[in-house]
Amino acid sequence: MRIEKCYFCSKSVYPGHGSAFVRNDAKVFRFCTSKCHKNFKMKRNPRKVRWTKAFRKAAGKEMTIDSTIEFEKRRNIPVRYNRELIQTTVKAMKRIAEIKGRREHAFWKNRMAASREKLLAHRKKKLQKTSVKLLEPMAVDSPGAETVREKIKVPAKPRSALIAGEGRSMGMDLD
Amino acid sequence: MSTSGLKAIAPVPTAADFLDIVLSKTQRKTPTVIHKNFKISRIRNFYMRKVKFTQDSFDEKLSAILEEFPMLDDLHPFLSSLMNVLYDKNHYKLALGQLRTCRHLIDQVAKDYVRLLKFGDSLYRCKQLKRAALGRMATIMRRQKDPLAYLEQVRQHISRLPAIDPTSRTLLICGYPNVGKSSFINKVTRADVDVQPYAFTTKSLFVGHLDYRYMRWQVIDTPGILDHPLEDMNTIEMQSITALAHLKACILYFMDLSEQCGYTIEAQCKLFHSIKPLFSNKPVMLVMNKIDVVRLEDLSAENRALVDEIINGEGILNVQVSCYTDEGVMELKNKACDALLEHRVDAKLKGNKINSIINRLHVAQPKARDEVVREPFIPDAVKEKKKYDKNDPERRRLEKDIEAEEGGAGVYNINLKKNYMLEDPDWKMDVMPEIMDGKNVADFIDPDILEKLEALEREEEKLQAEGFYDSEEDMFDSDDEREAAEAKISLQKKLVSQHNKKSMKNRAQLPRTAGLRTLDELTGSLTKAGLDPSKIKERAEKLAAVAGEKRKRQREEEEAEMDVDGDEEAGEGDWMDVDGEESTTPNKRRKSDSGAVTVRGPREPRSNRQLAGMRDSTQAAKATKLRNLGQRERNYQAKAGEADRAIKTKMPKHLFAGKRKMGKTDRR
Repeated sequence: MRIEKCYFCSKSVYPGHGSAFVRNDAKVFRFCTSKCHKNFKMKRNPRKVRWTKAFRKAAGKEMTIDSTIEFEKRRNIPVRYNRELIQTTVKAMKRIAEIKGRREHAFWKNRMAASREKLLAHRKKKLQKTSVKLLEPMAVDSPGAETVREKIKVPAKPRSALIAGEGRSMGMDLD
Repeated sequence: MSTSGLKAIAPVPTAADFLDIVLSKTQRKTPTVIHKNFKISRIRNFYMRKVKFTQDSFDEKLSAILEEFPMLDDLHPFLSSLMNVLYDKNHYKLALGQLRTCRHLIDQVAKDYVRLLKFGDSLYRCKQLKRAALGRMATIMRRQKDPLAYLEQVRQHISRLPAIDPTSRTLLICGYPNVGKSSFINKVTRADVDVQPYAFTTKSLFVGHLDYRYMRWQVIDTPGILDHPLEDMNTIEMQSITALAHLKACILYFMDLSEQCGYTIEAQCKLFHSIKPLFSNKPVMLVMNKIDVVRLEDLSAENRALVDEIINGEGILNVQVSCYTDEGVMELKNKACDALLEHRVDAKLKGNKINSIINRLHVAQPKARDEVVREPFIPDAVKEKKKYDKNDPERRRLEKDIEAEEGGAGVYNINLKKNYMLEDPDWKMDVMPEIMDGKNVADFIDPDILEKLEALEREEEKLQAEGFYDSEEDMFDSDDEREAAEAKISLQKKLVSQHNKKSMKNRAQLPRTAGLRTLDELTGSLTKAGLDPSKIKERAEKLAAVAGEKRKRQREEEEAEMDVDGDEEAGEGDWMDVDGEESTTPNKRRKSDSGAVTVRGPREPRSNRQLAGMRDSTQAAKATKLRNLGQRERNYQAKAGEADRAIKTKMPKHLFAGKRKMGKTDRR
């Protein structure tokens, strides 16, 4: 039982999870999710898909050269069980993880330092563009300043039946 | 198996057939269209091609025949002389020679005429030359009628000859006619040779096969021989003689002591002596047949003497046999086969070929290099090991015993760990963690991990000293914090808006007025936002007042109208009202004389025709109901009206396609 790495995104695949594809030359491709499997079936190159570990490594976004990385790898040399060795290994694993974490953070910081200027410029621009200008609340005026115009009833113009289309039908029942 | 040296030969056509075949082939395989206005070189080529092609096909066919018929000189002497006996060597050679000559003549004719055709100056001349050439070839071929017929007969006869392999192990049966040769071959092999009680039943050679000592033996039955000089012998006898002369076989000379065959013992003995020269260098067996009638011991003195003379000859074995009672048949077969085998081995050893084989044979014999004795090494532990005994209570405990103790097959599960070979036996049952903190422990296992870790620690100290990890904390500033907070809020908003959108998806649309608020709510929220609502409030109140006034007036008018029912002139306004004029109050309700309520509009009819003539609304409703009922059937059938007789699809798929299971096929 071991944790495999997804072929496409390099995520850990725990036992009982994910799926595997065995090509007719017996090479096994493991996938963490159907998303990765589908991307593989679309013949996408993981190095060119931005969300994969392979891309991040290829684009220099992750630490790739370091002595801590050398500790974890598949060694195809069988080693006979030894209690002491296992104990030291387990202890070492913790220490290695700690050091690795620190170094990764330092790497990230280093990387971020380069883009700090850019980030600040962007931030300034964004502030100018999106900030809401608040208005001063208005002083409450005294009511009744404007006069309400009164409605005057204008008598309607008398309509003549003699003029066509003056509102009456064109019947012959004229007086 | 049947490598008798005579292969199957293709049929030989008669002269006429031969001509037909060749000429029709020429016609089929060469161009046929020619015109006199073609270029002369083309015309010449056309006819030259025909002549050459004809010659070629003649040549091809004749060569095939000449090649297929065996050359008598190349054959095994037995086959060669057998063919001589059967078909007459001279005749055979002459026939083949004639065909060869014919081939040559045809070649010459073609050559001559091709040469002539080169000088042909018109289509007509060329054609005549071609005709002459083919005609001459045909004449030559027609003259070969007899040789071809003869060869066809020979071919047919050859195909019926028994497949005799002259070089294999052979038992050859010979003797006077009617002494029981064919009976014997029928006994020992599966050959079904005709046996009859008269002389010369067998007229040709017959072959049967038998298995002895896992080998294949062929037995040849020959026609009977009479005792007269070679020149007087007929074809039937001559076949036997050829077989006797040329086959290196074991000769079984059959005699009939009972003289039932019609020949005296004396005559039979005499024949033996006269054909004895043919038996040189071959194992010979004297077979006395029909002992169920007369045995050797029963013979008279003078006959006995004659037979004894043969028996006492050098290298002659004698066997008494009865094909009738099967007595001694198997014995004879075994004896004959053994004798032949021995003879063949002797012959091979005497030959000069044996040396080449013996040279190649070598059996290696290891020689001792010194006097040291090299015993096989057996460890003491193995020597002292007690032999396993099932009944011994002190016996070794096998895995099988443990299984039986622990509950038998299916219950007991073998513990493989107990056989582990580790530094400390206590570790055998350890359970090793496989996964820790999302990592495979196995990937980290390395015998020299400690040194590597040590190196890493030193590297880490160095980095620390160099200040690699400095300025760790001063990364974030206030802007970052604000941005983080903003991001959080925006995410929240985004989630809410998305949720709203999603939740509205399957919700019924509400009318616009559903979310209306009161004026108080509006002013309250505006004040809260820091805006002055006074103007809006004022205007809204004014509008509301106007609307209220309007509603009030309307109500009053309606009430007034109710009082003066039907009085249309009672409308407001001081202008003259004319008959038929539209009412100025559009919402006024009126009743017609029928009691139906009319719909209003400037151009619409005053009364509803549908309701005309109805007493009241209940009657109208009933009428509608009845009408709908009447239309129901039509509606079911999707008809436009009662006049709609259209058939939309003439052949509905479901009624005409596929298997019909249940139901009817007509739809109307």
